[in-house]
Formats: sequence, C-alpha cells, structure tokens
Amino acid sequence: MTIALGVLAPVLSLLWLAFGSGLGHWARLVRDVLPQAALDTAVLLAGVGLLVLVIGTGCAWLVSTCDFPGRGVLHWALLLPLAMPTYIVAFAYLDLLHPLGPVQGALRWLLGFDSPRQFRLPDLRSMPGAIFVLGFVLYPYVYMTARAMFMTQPAHLMEAARSLGESRAGAFFRVALPLARPALAVGLSLALLETLNDIGASEFLGIRTLTVAVYTTWITRSDLAGAAQIASAMLLVVIALVLLERHGRRRQRFGSAQRMRAIQPRRLHGTAAWLASAAAALPVLVGFAAPALHLVWETVKRLRQGNGISGALIDSLLNTLGVAAGVTVVAVAAGLVVAWAIRAQGSTHDGARWQGRAATLGYAVPGTVLAIGLLTPALAADAALATLIGHPGLPLMGAGVVLVVACAIRFLAMPVGGIEAGLARIPPALEQAARLLGESTGGTLRRVHLPLLRPAIAASALLVFVDAMKELPATLLLRPANFDTLATRLYAEAARGTYEEGAIAALAIVVAGLLPVVLLARHGLSETTA
Amino acid sequence: MSAALSLEGLRLGYEGPGGLHTVVEDFSLALDAGDIGCLLGPSGCGKSTVLRAIAGFEPVRAGRIRLGGVTLSSPEVHLPPERRRVGMMFQEYALFPHLDAARNVAFGLRRLPHAEQHRRVAKMLALVGLPDAGERHPHQLSGGQQQRIALARALAPEPALLLLDEPFSNLDGATRERLTAEVREILKAAGQTAVLVTHNEAEARAMADCVGVMDEGRLRSWDTPSQD
Repeated sequence: MTIALGVLAPVLSLLWLAFGSGLGHWARLVRDVLPQAALDTAVLLAGVGLLVLVIGTGCAWLVSTCDFPGRGVLHWALLLPLAMPTYIVAFAYLDLLHPLGPVQGALRWLLGFDSPRQFRLPDLRSMPGAIFVLGFVLYPYVYMTARAMFMTQPAHLMEAARSLGESRAGAFFRVALPLARPALAVGLSLALLETLNDIGASEFLGIRTLTVAVYTTWITRSDLAGAAQIASAMLLVVIALVLLERHGRRRQRFGSAQRMRAIQPRRLHGTAAWLASAAAALPVLVGFAAPALHLVWETVKRLRQGNGISGALIDSLLNTLGVAAGVTVVAVAAGLVVAWAIRAQGSTHDGARWQGRAATLGYAVPGTVLAIGLLTPALAADAALATLIGHPGLPLMGAGVVLVVACAIRFLAMPVGGIEAGLARIPPALEQAARLLGESTGGTLRRVHLPLLRPAIAASALLVFVDAMKELPATLLLRPANFDTLATRLYAEAARGTYEEGAIAALAIVVAGLLPVVLLARHGLSETTA
Repeated sequence: MSAALSLEGLRLGYEGPGGLHTVVEDFSLALDAGDIGCLLGPSGCGKSTVLRAIAGFEPVRAGRIRLGGVTLSSPEVHLPPERRRVGMMFQEYALFPHLDAARNVAFGLRRLPHAEQHRRVAKMLALVGLPDAGERHPHQLSGGQQQRIALARALAPEPALLLLDEPFSNLDGATRERLTAEVREILKAAGQTAVLVTHNEAEARAMADCVGVMDEGRLRSWDTPSQD
C-alpha cells in the first residue's frame, strides 16, 4: 500500500504544481510552448509508430512463415536493437552520417564527387531523421509481440482462408493480421512510450518534443510550474498509450487460449530467399550492427592514440554502477513486498489488484515527468531533514537518494512481474507442507519461497540494473551537482558537439545492455522450440 | 479409550457469489489413538476438503474438530496450521526442491538441538528404508523414494495426527501394492494415528482400521473393513 502511494505521489504533486499556479500561466504556455512541442511530439509518435509497425510486423511475419538463409540467426538477432538506448544510436549516426563522415565520404567517392558542397545526403537533424533513428531502434517491441502471436497462430485458420480462395497475401491481411492486432497494440504502445520517454535522440536531432520542453523549461528557465504543466500534458498521452496497451493485453488472452498445430515455415528459393534475408537483415544492420561497430571502431581509435581512459570517465563509470546497484536493491526489495502482498491477498481481491497496478505504473511515466513530479516532495523532505540535522544543504538530493528512488519507481514493474510469475510457479502444497511442519508465514517465506525465487529475483535484478545504467532523462534532472553517469557524460559531449570519450561510454552501456537481450533471446528460443 | 481425533457435525464450504457453497455437511466421526482411518469416495465427494479442514487450510462453518481434547477448529476457533501438531503427506509429495532429502526431513525440527536433529533424521530415513538417501535431492529420487522421504518428513516432528492425501495415486500398480503394506507397517511401528484419503477401495481395505465411505459431502458409513 505504501509503495503504491509512493508511486502515485509524484503524479499527484505534479498535478498540484501544474494547477496551483493559476490560469494566467497556462494561457502563456498554451500560446508559446505547447503547440509547437505537442505538434512535434504528435508527428514523431505517428512517424515512429508507422515505422515500427511496418518493420516489426514485416520481420515477424518473414521469420515465422518463411524459411530463408540466415533465418535461424535473424530470428533472435532482430531483438538486438533492444540493447541500444535511443540516444546512443542517434549519437553514433550523427557521427556516421556527418557530411565529412565515413558514409557520405564513401558515397561521394562512389559517385565521383569530391566535396560535400557538390553532394550531400539530407541532414539527419530533422523530423524524418529522428523518425528513422527511433523507428529502427524501437521496432523490436512490435517484433517480439508479433512474432509470439504469429508463432502460436493455428495453421488451420490460414489454410481455411486459402481454401476459400484467398491468396497468401490476402490471407495475411484478412486473417493473420487481424488476429495479431491485440499483440501489435501492446508492442506499439511500448515503443511509443519509449519514444515519449526519449530525451537524448530528439535533443541531438533538434526535435523540440514535450520531453525536451519539460527539461529546458526547468533547467534553463527554472520554471518548475511550467515544466509541471507540460509534464501533465504528457501524462494525457501516457494514459492514452497505457489504455491502448491494457486493451491489447485483455484481447490477447482470448486469442492465445487455443493450442493447435502452428504455421509451418515455407522454404523460399532463389532471388526470393535472398531478398527475404536482406529485408530481415536490414533492421539489424541499421538498428544495431552499424552503430555498434562504429562505437567499437571509435573506441579502438581513441585507445590507440594512447590517451588511455581519463579519470573522469572512470568516475562516471563508478557512479553509474553505484546508482544502478542502489536502484536494483531498492526496486527488487519493493518488488518482493508488492508481489508478496498481491499473492497474500489473493488476485481476486480488488484492493490488492489495484495497488499492484498502481505500483507498476512507473514504467509508463516518462523519466522527465517522474523527475519533475518528485522534485517538490524531495525538496520538502530535504528541507525538513536539513533543519532536523541542523546542517544546511540537500541531504537527499545531494546523496543521489532521490535519483535512486525515481529510477526504482520507473523500473518497479520488472521485479514485481518477475517475482509474481516466480511465485505462481511454486505449488501451494509446498507452502502448506512448511506450515504443517511448524513454520510461520514469515518463516515459510524465508526458508521456502526466497530460495526457490532466487532465479526470478536474479533475472529481474539484472534487467533493473541494466535499465538503470542506461537511464538518461530522470538522471539528467535529479543527479547531484557535478555528478556524472556514463549516460549524462555522453549526453553532455553530444550536446556540445565534441566527441571525446563518448564512444567509450556508449560502448560500455551497449555491452551491459546486451546481457538481458541475450537472456531474452535464449528464453524466447527455448519457448518456441519447446 | 477416548477418541484421539473427533469431528463433530462439520459443515465445510467456500464463499462464492450468492452466499456459502456447501461442500461437506453434517460430518461426524471419531478415531482412536494409534488407529488408521480412511475416507473413501469418488473425486469431488469432499474427502480432500475434510482433510484440508483438519490441517487448517479450510475454515469450519459449523461443528468442530478436536485432537487429543484440544479444539483445533470451530466457527469461533482457528488454530494456525503450524500449531496443530498435524502432519501431512501430500499427493504430489511437495518435497522442497532446493533441499536434499535429509534437510527436507529436518525442516520441521528446527527447534531441536543440532545433534538431536541429526539423530532423528537418521532414524526416520532408516524407518522408511532409505538410510543412505540423505544427500540426494528430490529430482534424483524415484517416485517411490520421494514418497518415502515425504513420509519421513511428515513423521519426523512426531505429529499427534498424520494426514495422507491420495498417497499412492502417483505410483504404478506393483509399487503401489508393495508400498501400501509397507506404509501401514511403518505407521503401526511408530504408533501413529493417521487419516488417509483415497478413491481406491482395495487400498483403503489394505491400509485402514476404519473405513468411511463418502458421497456428495456426507459420510454414508464408518466401520471396520470385513476381514476376508
């Protein structure tokens, strides 16, 4: 209960801030800032949504219904862009596609031009550029849910459509796609929530989204009420996306209830086979391989120059690990409590369900929105604590406590979900056996459940740890003064346009980000072969 | 001799939409110390619900459950499962997968001194005929061995009453016949009062001193099986 309230507190404080400052303020905001930012955000969301749907659904359909060279690898490699935070891909592409960079240089050489003045690609710093980058990084959310859906769709439905005179494509559009619609809605809403959360990529590429507006309103103009107002406008978009996701999940349950013979992949030959390979490899190349290799290349180049790694970079690495460890401990402990409470009260109990939902809503709230919402309660707590210990300053903010709490709230859904699923796999007879052998409820939790939950706890701890390492928006707003993580360091360098050790920091984050993706890919594969 | 276990006018059921849904009605029986009783009936007749009520996992809507003169359950009283001195052997055995056989048996002995725990575990493993299985984990044991470890674990804390829920249903025919006789001998050797639930009539007659036939939530008869 307390944890659910803790998660809702920033939202409530946000609304209070937004509406407490009078309507005059709103009028100015509505006139000056909101229209442009809202329009940009809407265009970005629409563009990214369309692109992730096309790439994600297309690739999922290809790998689940066709057999072509490289399918076995692409099957899981298509998940790899999940390891890449959007701001890192944007950072890498700004460098890669720079008018004087390697890609444009090679193109000019191929086409026989010798100066950027004679030939250049359209600038990446534009709306289409941002849609391109975000779309190719975020499509795996749709790919994942769509693939799971296509793989479990009973084959006889497609066969029925074919026997009724539909072509292969017709059967796809009239049967497979409508059946997959709930799954696509779930994937799409997750991708769009990430788009909304993104601050680095949009900022680097010059798109003034609502997220960027919240950040600059607070950081450069110190206008907390204004930032809170933009943030509440974003909450409306969040609510719409969460409703879309919930709607999708509800419908999904009916869809996957029946277990039947699955669709058998059809072997492609000749040109068609190679076209399929190329089409499915392109997203992996654009969304992962190219930017990752570029980062490796830049890192090697930098280390070869003999400058080594600066102390500042080591400091930010240690900071990153420290914050991530703190977030993991807090989120997993809170996750245990919430999952246990949901189970103890029974999933049919309305109150428990409601609290569980509230506690796991953090993933949907963009980092900047969460941070602005937390600022007021945090500053109040700091002031109270400072007078209490008789020492001026910001004891909580300064020690990074607020940052840890914010990230823990944002990532709480992972441990709650993981531990709940783990608990569901423990037969109730084990608990009853322990009780009859004289153990109390608490003792049973300690001696039976915790040891059996260890794998679930470890997996969710890994997910939280890596996500906390990658986190940028909330970290930017809530970090103590002169405190840099790898992500904020990269952000600062990219914002300044200097490329010093950014590539090394980015590579460290990507390597860490690969761990859960590998886990996910292996889990997904074993699930589909079982 | 006074009865060790007595069930008096029990009504059991669960709260559902539209009020209480009664599963067991007007259920009474008495079992002497050291005797093995058996509830026999088709699945869904409520026999497992009776067992779960004695263990303390089901609330009693009317009547009461007494063990050695102490009231365990009534509409007013509900002693938590861990304080009833009732042991149970589960249908799926419910061995703790993260503990080896010896630690499974020792699970309920935590309040005893270490040496005493050790002694009791060895004695129990010998009693069930698996003196050397202590270091093996449940997944390394056969079905019959898992069952004996489950029996040893339930007997180790010396419960006043042992409940056995379909103890042989997961075993094949030959093993089942052999173990039925063996388990009866083990229980008799320990002087253990026990209640068994099964849908297999031959098993009931081979195991029990008293057999109760259940049907649709009521006890139709409660007597000694004919010795033929």
